[in-house]
Amino acid sequence: MCGIVGIFLKDPKLEPQLGQMLASMLCVMTDRGPDSAGFAVYGNGKADHVKLSLRAVEGYDFAALADGLSTTAGGKPALSVRSTHAVIEVPAAKEADVRAALAAQYPDVAVVGAGSRMEIFKEVGLPKNVAARFDLAKMSGTHGIGHTRMATESAVTTAGAHPFSTGVDQCLVHNGSLSNHNDLRRNLTREGLTFATQNDSEVAAAYLTWRMQQGASLGEALKAGLDDLDGFFTFVVGTESGFGVLRDPIACKPAVMAETDQYVAFGSEYRALVDLPGIENAKVFEPEPATVYFWDRAA
Amino acid sequence: MSAHNNVPRTLPRFSNTFDPHTLSEIRRAAATGIYDIRGAGTKRKLPHFDDLLFLGASISRYPLEGYREKCGTDVVLGTRFAKKPIHLKTPVTIAGMSFGSLSANAKDALGRGASAMGTSTTTGDGGMTPEERGSSKTLVYQYLPSRYGMNPDDLRKADAIEVVIGQGAKPGGGGMLLGQKITERVAGMRTLPAGIDQRSACRHPDWTGPDDLEIKIEELRELTDWEKPIYVKVGASRPYYDISLAVKSGADVVVLDGMQGGTAATQDVFIEHVGLPILAAIRPAVQALKDLGMHRKVQLIVSGGIRSGADVAKALALGADAVAIGTAALVALGDNDPSYEEEYQKLGTTAGAYDDWHEGKDPAGITTQDPLLSARLDPVKAGRRLANYLAVMTLEAQTIARACGKSHLHNLEPEDLVALTIEASAMAGVPLAGTEWIPGKGGY
Amino acid sequence: MNAQTNLKAAPDETFDLGANPLRELNGALHKAGVETNARRWLVANPNGRHAVACGINAPLDVTIAGHVGYYCAGMNQQARVIIEGNAGVGVAENMMSGFVHVKGDASQAAGATAHGGMLLIDGNAGARCGISMKGVDIIVKGSIGHMSAFMGQAGSLIVFGDAGDALGDSLYEAKLFVRGTVKSLGADCIEKEMRDEHKAHLAEKLKAAGLEGSIDISEFKRYGSARRLYNFHIDNVDAY
Repeated sequence: MCGIVGIFLKDPKLEPQLGQMLASMLCVMTDRGPDSAGFAVYGNGKADHVKLSLRAVEGYDFAALADGLSTTAGGKPALSVRSTHAVIEVPAAKEADVRAALAAQYPDVAVVGAGSRMEIFKEVGLPKNVAARFDLAKMSGTHGIGHTRMATESAVTTAGAHPFSTGVDQCLVHNGSLSNHNDLRRNLTREGLTFATQNDSEVAAAYLTWRMQQGASLGEALKAGLDDLDGFFTFVVGTESGFGVLRDPIACKPAVMAETDQYVAFGSEYRALVDLPGIENAKVFEPEPATVYFWDRAA
Repeated sequence: MSAHNNVPRTLPRFSNTFDPHTLSEIRRAAATGIYDIRGAGTKRKLPHFDDLLFLGASISRYPLEGYREKCGTDVVLGTRFAKKPIHLKTPVTIAGMSFGSLSANAKDALGRGASAMGTSTTTGDGGMTPEERGSSKTLVYQYLPSRYGMNPDDLRKADAIEVVIGQGAKPGGGGMLLGQKITERVAGMRTLPAGIDQRSACRHPDWTGPDDLEIKIEELRELTDWEKPIYVKVGASRPYYDISLAVKSGADVVVLDGMQGGTAATQDVFIEHVGLPILAAIRPAVQALKDLGMHRKVQLIVSGGIRSGADVAKALALGADAVAIGTAALVALGDNDPSYEEEYQKLGTTAGAYDDWHEGKDPAGITTQDPLLSARLDPVKAGRRLANYLAVMTLEAQTIARACGKSHLHNLEPEDLVALTIEASAMAGVPLAGTEWIPGKGGY
Repeated sequence: MNAQTNLKAAPDETFDLGANPLRELNGALHKAGVETNARRWLVANPNGRHAVACGINAPLDVTIAGHVGYYCAGMNQQARVIIEGNAGVGVAENMMSGFVHVKGDASQAAGATAHGGMLLIDGNAGARCGISMKGVDIIVKGSIGHMSAFMGQAGSLIVFGDAGDALGDSLYEAKLFVRGTVKSLGADCIEKEMRDEHKAHLAEKLKAAGLEGSIDISEFKRYGSARRLYNFHIDNVDAY
């Protein structure tokens, strides 16, 4: 049970302010989710390279890790450390080797996301503190999604914080409570997907990944989710080029969107959107139930 | 006589699977096409407080003298945020039961009995009647999904507000009130056409989940200037999570109703097959409070099958702050009384088994809106019976607490208890009598 | 956001929610008109706050200069509350009397369980508008979302635009009037003949909202309960 936010910029002039906008939206949603917070930002990326978002304990020596991966990655990977997280950038061709090396040599480090542009950060604690420790306000990018969590049935841990990565450059935040996630998790495990938590939202993320592995587009995967995911949900998902929104057919969990010529924004509550530029004249609406919404930069 | 007749015959044997009650239910369903609806709580045998015993004091601990050495029974509810917490003389409160399901006289009697003993009573689905407000010194106003009769004037008149999310008899379901009981007065209070079969909503109309509940609780506090304690009531199903989330949402008091808790009218399949017995629900609920550092700060009221002072003492020893009684209170008023046996027989049942509370034909005048039947219940005398019963329960609980060396009921602990069965031991988290073994806890 | 407002005369009191706690505002509104003479209030900087101006029980005139969160004007009695922006979930929930006017859009469950008074929404209303309504009159100049008037018991819901899925599901005696299209009707809700008495009823409600003559009453269709589900019958089992 949570607050979720998302922003997708149409106007490149706003890109340097993305982090600041997302941070402000996230902090307003503290009441809905005081236990933990997290966000994904789609920033710069290099062709043929993959960014791996890594999480470890406070004070972890990521520089040593980057050094240690030099041989595997074919040169010392670019490293950006933010508190308990770090992003390393490696050639796409070396991603599998680097992941194998991470798993074998650095068992204390978790890969929380991977993509050409996506970076994911999440921690327990008040959203304000989480945004500050990762210096979200200074990040720039084309779009981002964020989440504040009030844990329902799974533990308050960093691993249980959103966003959950659903595949390369893909991630999901969720507000609601699924009612068939345990069976679905067992089925997806049989299909070869792995899970880090008992969290229902991670199952939703993995489900979308699985559908897309089967060849579905994100839109098709979300649509299929309407049949296969039971319970109450509002999802906001990010991809390399856009972001999407889906609510369950009953749509009890709140969702408000605002669209202007410059951006599309999502908030669990309107107040998450009040500080956005030009909000007074934005088209404000509530997404319809059981309807896939998608905004894409490529389009 | 043929040889055949000399073969010894076995006795007719009923199936344990298809027992006579099951057979009768199949026939009833086949004849009517509607599930069985009834009142009261579960009738199946469940692990219960009867399976626990207290360890009285002797040499290692010292008991208190009855009647001389003080053993406190008072409880304060709503100390977390409310400006005006509730002070009760006994931890036995009266659970929410609606006017509509009960007659006005019955509601009046509950108020009289509870007030005489310095405890609280609770409204139900259908609003507050002047009778119960008048006779109840301390009245808890339920805030339910249907919001029948909900209004701000009564909200301000209440001493506490109970946001009802679920009920032990039917966690996940809404209430029912069938046409026979929707009289003009009941219909008027609920803004419904008289005589319809009313089914209450199972979810609140304007919030779902703890993040929105937090906002709803804030509204209720703002509406009442932060004076009144806000309770949150849940049916026992996932008590650890539900109690945690109620606390995170800002509740002052949480009410946990086990599956033995009664109902005016619900599907039998719901009553018998959904929820947890209260014995299994208290420890996880208390654990949730302890994990949040809120045990005894957010008070826990438990209900569902509380019948005696022994049950009260056991519930408190497991960590509850107070209990609520519903069915037991109705029996004290006169429900299912054998003096009406002839009339119960006419209704196809017998005193003690009558549970068709939804039909409104209660010979004792309690679960009815029929004016002639209602008039049978004298609210003064019935209120006196309830007060007597509450007094007995309180004295019984004190007797046990003193025997365990406690100067207040709230000082009873799980370590004062042992279990008679492995099931009860596992559920209540207290050792099997004569051992140090708690199933699932290891170490023995 | 500045305290710019369409308030025609100067207010008796201005309360800045950006600088002062909500509890003080609601506490003051609960006393106003009873213990003080201040009747015209301006609330500045609401910024989507919840429970703004809830529980008033006096004939006050409260203008809120901006957007509000959940449960604005909840359980209102007597007061006239104008929201010069959008309203969050459950605006005017359980209102008893008075007038609540949302100049922008309203979120889910607008006017939920309200017993009386009038709720006027200039823009659109989200899902479950008028859920379990118990006597309130709701006028939406835009469109309404799915499951509106679910279990509506009494009162009128008047919609100038369109209605979403499952309008009036499990309806009791609430009266529904929709001018545009209805995506689908809920269980036990049917279109009913719009007779003169219903046109008169509609005209009376529009007049009360100050909308007399602004719209052609003959363009509305009336929906109500078929009353088939009032008592359980096995032949209706598909509807349960």
